[in-house]
Amino acid sequence: MLTETQIERYSRHIMLKEVGGKGQQKLFDGRVLIIGAGGLGSPIALYLAAAGIGTIGIADADDVDLSNLQRQVIHRTCDIGRPKVESAREKMEAINPELKVITYQEWISAANINRVIAGYDFVIDGTDNFAAKFLINDACVLAGKPYSHGGILQFDGQTITIMPKESACYRCIFPEPPPKDAIPTCSQAGVIGVLPGVIGTIQATEALKFLLGKGHLLTDRLLTYNALRMKFREVPLKRKQTCPVCGDHPTIIEVHDELDAMTVCDLKRS
Amino acid sequence: MKITINGKDTLIGENPERTIGSLLEELEVPQRLYVTVEQNGDILDRAAYETAPVNEGDVIEFLYFMGGGR
Repeated sequence: MLTETQIERYSRHIMLKEVGGKGQQKLFDGRVLIIGAGGLGSPIALYLAAAGIGTIGIADADDVDLSNLQRQVIHRTCDIGRPKVESAREKMEAINPELKVITYQEWISAANINRVIAGYDFVIDGTDNFAAKFLINDACVLAGKPYSHGGILQFDGQTITIMPKESACYRCIFPEPPPKDAIPTCSQAGVIGVLPGVIGTIQATEALKFLLGKGHLLTDRLLTYNALRMKFREVPLKRKQTCPVCGDHPTIIEVHDELDAMTVCDLKRS
Repeated sequence: MKITINGKDTLIGENPERTIGSLLEELEVPQRLYVTVEQNGDILDRAAYETAPVNEGDVIEFLYFMGGGR
């Protein structure tokens, strides 16, 4: 049951017929895991906290750096040097003290991902490297866990929601990661600071819709966004029978680290 | 002949020998070693690029890796 203060806090949600008191209760009972407390993770964490998702997990091993602050809006100048998950937890709890925030100050790998994602209803990928993106896809598909993929670079972003074994997964589109350093990263090629705000907010919207059971999820279509041309496009997709993880004859049957896709930096971290 | 590439109508010269692989080169598609190609709604296996013909009216999507997020 929602308290009187909660009814007031979430009144703009509750008056939506798609949410109502029941929907708000579903959000409060919901458990969402955000992997990455950076560019994408910042708006996701802030909006999900404000929306009243009752349990939010956030995973990142990194500390806040000065160069993060141009886009990672959950962190402040005074947070430089602090663990990102601690900085994020503080802001989420300041917005909404009723939440349970669970922090994982560790890099996600094949060794820990199954443990970390267990117990969550929905997972959001806010990571910045292909090793993590493929690992999250494999773990979520194998565990049957719905998740939102997001990727950004320079002025471009893309996102898709994956309902394992029902809709196209990341490996249906990209069967394997590119060799390391073949595709530039944000730290090498730059990223416009507002971009993760756009993509991350869409990913947070998908988590809300999933928990509410309302609307149409961004499944079987890759949404791409270009900020310079200010264009959104949708590419229709379908599950691929030959997909190595969700296809008819999968070759990936347990999670593994994509060592070739890890950068020297990742290897140092793990 | 006319094909649609990433939502844009595109005119390319007639060439019966043209394959998805040669189209990638012809159009100087970025990341062409790693780009995923969807042709008329089907994602092609990379191994098929060199043999898959390009036909009038094809709807082709180039899907690019985007690895950033933090």
